[in-house]
Amino acid sequence: MTLHLRWRKFVNLLMLGLTGVCVTVAVSALLIILGYLVIHGARSLNWNFFTKLPKPVGETGGGMANAIIGSAKLILLASCIGIPIGCIGGIYLAEFGGKTFSFLVRYTTDLLNGVPSIVIGIFAYTVVVLPMQHFSALAGGFALGIMMIPIAVRSTEEFLRAIPRSLREGSVALGASKWKTIVRVVVPAAIGGITTGIMLDIARVAGETAPLLFTAFSNRYWSPGWNQPTASLPVMIYTYAIAPYEDWHRQAWAAALVLLALVLLTNIVARLVLYSRRGSVSR
Amino acid sequence: MTSHVNPPVITTAARTNDPFAGAVLKDIANEQLRFHVAGLNFFYGAKQSLFDVNLEIPANCITALIGPSGCGKSTFLRTLNRMQETVRHTRVEGTVLLDGQDIFDMDVVRLRRRVGMVFQRPNPFPKSIFENVAYGLRINGFRGKLADRVEHSLHRAALWDEVKDVLHKSAYALSGGQQQRLCIARALAVDPEVLLLDEPCSALDPISTAKIEELMLQLRSACTVVIVTHNMQQAARVSDVAAFLLEGRVVECRPTAQLFTTPSDPRTEAYITGRFG
Repeated sequence: MTLHLRWRKFVNLLMLGLTGVCVTVAVSALLIILGYLVIHGARSLNWNFFTKLPKPVGETGGGMANAIIGSAKLILLASCIGIPIGCIGGIYLAEFGGKTFSFLVRYTTDLLNGVPSIVIGIFAYTVVVLPMQHFSALAGGFALGIMMIPIAVRSTEEFLRAIPRSLREGSVALGASKWKTIVRVVVPAAIGGITTGIMLDIARVAGETAPLLFTAFSNRYWSPGWNQPTASLPVMIYTYAIAPYEDWHRQAWAAALVLLALVLLTNIVARLVLYSRRGSVSR
Repeated sequence: MTSHVNPPVITTAARTNDPFAGAVLKDIANEQLRFHVAGLNFFYGAKQSLFDVNLEIPANCITALIGPSGCGKSTFLRTLNRMQETVRHTRVEGTVLLDGQDIFDMDVVRLRRRVGMVFQRPNPFPKSIFENVAYGLRINGFRGKLADRVEHSLHRAALWDEVKDVLHKSAYALSGGQQQRLCIARALAVDPEVLLLDEPCSALDPISTAKIEELMLQLRSACTVVIVTHNMQQAARVSDVAAFLLEGRVVECRPTAQLFTTPSDPRTEAYITGRFG
């Protein structure tokens, strides 16, 4: 009996230790990456990086101002495509969809989520680049927008489903139509979760390289408008990291740090805005 | 039977000793009918849960629906403002007349504005107290002084004094009983003719329950109240008419005092004396 008890205590401790170790490994991977980025990136960061264009091959210095703006433009375009389609699709799945059709839609979005990003790139290449006959920010934004849809759909759906039925009934019983109930009660109640989901979605596509390689391509100069090939941070990181120049490697580190910081910043700002808007109503 | 316009405030303690000690009885025969339900059958998928329900609900009275769990009293209540339509695979047969008009021919939005509902658990919206009450007005395109109407509704729900200084705080900051009265205020804001209450006190403590019961008695002068309750003392205390439902059928519907003192059906007697249910 005591032996059995001891064994149970041992297993308990063992499993506790194991979960602890796994958590430590998971967290430390992130911390190591972050630390490494900060150490290497911060050394090569300077004002020029944010304001100057890339220098021609062979010259040192210069910056990635065009890639920072380019990434911002691509993400903006992607958001314009991915967020509305994703959110409204998610509303459909959570509020209107029947059984079979919803199942099919859910299944396809999950499949789309699993499609390798390079394949999405080829798709955008065929659909946008080939007819237009040239690479463009538009094509890159389109590719990233497609990539955003599945997560936007599923996170919106999940957070809407978490809103209790009683809230919907309360609104409907006052004579609100279904759509009014969704817009005025259900979505506002879930907005925190939905925004978080979308932020994660943006963070995910912000770092995508493969779909941009043959859609937005790259550019060593400014690309005004939406119709020209444009530089972006991930593609710059890729190009600079595999180049044989020491200076380019350092700039790639800096670009990685800036990319990460920008994603974090958007995330924090969005949460702050959300918080201040809901401030008076928060629990 | 006597009739009081403003019922005296009766404490719960006094009431519990004798259910009829302070009960305010109305002369039901003089009231016109608000709802006339005839041959109502309700199906959930293939399962029928209401069988040929015939019931008359008098205006400006409190009608209580009592019966064991699953007897169909909530289902019946929800058909009165067509809330069953929000659930899939439900089907209703029969007629429900509201002031002589068939509710199934009415515009559902207009019907629900006339027939408000309060649910078992308080379900305030995650908005401020003010916005909760204003919601029904806003969505129905109310033009006029919103603030006045909100204040009036909160007064009617006997909540104004407790919340007048925190109108812009979240409704979730209120206690359960206050939340339920907020939900009543929200329903009253659009000035319904009928208020349906689906076990409104089952999640509340006795003091909050007493407040809501007093509120119902006050509302009766301007509103027809239909309440589903598990609590027979509550039905005896507040209602003018009581209907006993069993397995989807109305066994008996009579003035409350008669139903509780001289039930005509042995099943009613068995239920109210606590022999089952």
